[in-house]
Amino acid sequence: MLEVRDVVTTYGPVLALDGVSLSVPAGRITAVLGANGAGKTTLLRTVSGLVRPKAGAVELDGKDITRLPVEAMVQRGMAHVPEGRGVIAELTVAENLKLGGLFRKGAKDSEADEVYDLFPALRERRDRSAHTLSGGERQMLVVGRALLARPRVLLLDEPSLGLAPRVVAQIFGIVRDLVDRTGLAVLLVEQNAKSALSIADTGVVLNLGRVVATDSADALAADEQLRHAFLGF
Amino acid sequence: MQQFLNLTTTGITFGVLYAAFALCLVLIFRATRIINFAQGAQAAFTTYLAYELVVERDQPYWVGFLVALVAGFLLGAFIERVVVRRVETGPEINAVIVTLGLFVALEALIGILFGQDFLGFPAPFDASSGFAVGDTQIAQTANDRYRILSVLVALGLLVALFRFTDVGLRLRAAAFGQEVARLLGVRVGRMLTLGWALAGLFGSLAGVLIAGGGFISPGFMQTSVIFGFVAAVLGGLDSFVGAIVGGLVLGLTQSYVAGYVDGDLVNMGALAVLLVVLLAKPGGLFSSSVARKV
Amino acid sequence: MTDTSEKASTKVTPAGGGSGGGALAALTRSRGLRHLALVLAAYVGIVLLLQLFGDFRDTQLATMAYFVPAAAGLTLLTGVNGQISLGHGALMAVGAYTTAAILDRADLTPFILVVLASVAAAAVVGLLVGVAAARLHGPYLAGATLALAVGLPGIAIYFGDLFGGEQGLRVRPPDPPAWFEDLAGGDLGRTYPALLGWALALSVLWFLSNLVTSRYGRQWRAVRDDEVAASLCGIDLGRARVLAFVVSAACAGVGGALLAVTSRLVAPTSVTLVLSLYLLTAIVLGGLGSLLGAVLGSAILAFLPTVLTNRALDSGLDSAAAANLAPMVFGLVLVVVMLAAPRGIVGTTRIALLSRKLKKQRAAALASRT
Repeated sequence: MLEVRDVVTTYGPVLALDGVSLSVPAGRITAVLGANGAGKTTLLRTVSGLVRPKAGAVELDGKDITRLPVEAMVQRGMAHVPEGRGVIAELTVAENLKLGGLFRKGAKDSEADEVYDLFPALRERRDRSAHTLSGGERQMLVVGRALLARPRVLLLDEPSLGLAPRVVAQIFGIVRDLVDRTGLAVLLVEQNAKSALSIADTGVVLNLGRVVATDSADALAADEQLRHAFLGF
Repeated sequence: MQQFLNLTTTGITFGVLYAAFALCLVLIFRATRIINFAQGAQAAFTTYLAYELVVERDQPYWVGFLVALVAGFLLGAFIERVVVRRVETGPEINAVIVTLGLFVALEALIGILFGQDFLGFPAPFDASSGFAVGDTQIAQTANDRYRILSVLVALGLLVALFRFTDVGLRLRAAAFGQEVARLLGVRVGRMLTLGWALAGLFGSLAGVLIAGGGFISPGFMQTSVIFGFVAAVLGGLDSFVGAIVGGLVLGLTQSYVAGYVDGDLVNMGALAVLLVVLLAKPGGLFSSSVARKV
Repeated sequence: MTDTSEKASTKVTPAGGGSGGGALAALTRSRGLRHLALVLAAYVGIVLLLQLFGDFRDTQLATMAYFVPAAAGLTLLTGVNGQISLGHGALMAVGAYTTAAILDRADLTPFILVVLASVAAAAVVGLLVGVAAARLHGPYLAGATLALAVGLPGIAIYFGDLFGGEQGLRVRPPDPPAWFEDLAGGDLGRTYPALLGWALALSVLWFLSNLVTSRYGRQWRAVRDDEVAASLCGIDLGRARVLAFVVSAACAGVGGALLAVTSRLVAPTSVTLVLSLYLLTAIVLGGLGSLLGAVLGSAILAFLPTVLTNRALDSGLDSAAAANLAPMVFGLVLVVVMLAAPRGIVGTTRIALLSRKLKKQRAAALASRT
């Protein structure tokens, strides 16, 4: 569904991605792992168009989307939940959710109920300003908001950051369930490699902007040398 | 006592007008983090357009009024798209300097096109007689009531736009979370332009209302810029309510200083208020306690 | 301070040169002395120019002389220390009104004392504003100084007895001192205000050039570039900022004093907001933070407006409207420069020269490798 081919991305003189290639098939969770600064976030930002690559291509369903403006991605079926969650703190929970569906033709307000069913904690706070939410609730909000865009590809950047393990497990569980039921493709960036590999199908390990390993999640989890070298456990 | 009442009434009327102007500044600041020092000159320019139509070409007041508002909208959009867009990112000081340059250039342009003389601007309602409540005279004219009402109606419409419409939601998203909004499909650039256009419209409204029943000159909005700015800062630059309260405070300050001290010291009075408040509460009286966490 | 007499006596000897190798070596080693030599040479040049030109150009040169210190002070404040001020026209006004008020009452005072008084007055106002401003930044600071600029004429009108109200005060330019007339004769005598003005302007430039390269200058730049890092290094942010403000205000005071004697009239209309904007345009166009840029900008300020106003008058506008062409052009220039070349003339040229030098070096390095 989503193909990344030989992408090279620079920030000024700094080479962040040095020829990265990977595939994100439908109905699978592909985890991108590696240490801080390995280029994981840059990869997501390049895929969603926040950053333009110097070379290489990103394809969605065979169509080249590399140079599309960011704003057009939602309509193509790509939702990106950025690093730091991306809750708009000054808006209410309900308004944040509404933004999720705003650009989809035929979106209805009642669809927010689906998110409230998935994350009941949000229902109680629907008219409260988003800045009153806890970290876990915010993560639920942004995942819910992304889902309201009815994406076919979901990019998640470090969703577990700063969250308690129980909450992380809950959110990951919901994502896994959605993937299995609806054929959603997920590109999951995580520093917490252990949790990520527990729900992912495939893992791609980045180091200093290059792919050093691509394999099934089980194989990666079993490879002790690799884990110690690049994944921290 | 009567003087106090008169000064207070005048203060409130002008306070409302300054509040309207302050709202424009807050609107733009919230959207693009820039103080538009040219706002007053924009409003003055569109007011002069109205003058040209109504006084020189015998058009009805409301035609001039409408033209001023539309011109304000378009001018605001044009300035954002063509000039300000390029300095929206980058050092703060650049944007300040650019809007100052526009301020001076626009005012000078007015002077070239229309001259420096003071010109009378018509009021659509009686601007001379107050009314009595029992024994006390209230120095509020029909024109004053029209001014206050217009601002309140416009404000109501603006708030409704922001609160209850999709466009308003997108405007707010673009203002508060640019990058996230883009990821959600919001055309942030267009929203910023729209924000400036709305501010331009509102500013033009303030300009026409301030002018009505009085005189205009190329610099007639200068005091409003200062007062509107101080009012907005008093409110913390992020709060609409703060801007309104700030506007009223400034309007009353102007009235009392002019009445009890001297008309010439009015601007310095505003400066004094600004400095006192900023030294006590650097974030403004109503500074938002919402830390921008994510 | 006997600057003027020093300059008057040394200007007849060649600047620099002197007694061979030893003196020359000392000169090139000390930056302060280098600048002094430059300044003295410039002064000689100006004296010659004044001789060559007629009255009108002399007035324009004198006008430039009063812009130079104000612009230089402002570029120090805004360019080197990063504090934007729209109130420097008002600070010039403080200097100008002080000079005018003193000369109105006691024209026996040696002029240099009058200048000092103006500098002191401007410095005091600068201190007050600077203390208030130290906590403000960016648009807040701009707004506060804007309020000062718009509000100050009102004070001049309010204290009408002292400051002449709406009409302002007429200023009789100071008479040249006796020794000057003896030395220079009648011809130079009429250019005394311009000579005096330039002596002061160049002194201010020399003073600032040393200040900018001293540790104060380094502190100011540090505060501008990174507050947190600067305060971690032990720099008192507030003190540094206030000092920058006071110094730039004092410079504006010098400019104001010279404005009073050159224009011969100080009125609320001569110190409007436009003056502050002109100063800002001058330093932005010249190059923020560059003293050379301030001088270039001052030249443009002194010569361009007249050209523009005449152009406007020729095309049939009445005098009030024609006077607006210059501010309009300057406002547009400000916008265009910020959009296209925010580093100004000096900054952009410097970068262009540097990158050309770098390219040559790289090419040479590449060539020597192959």
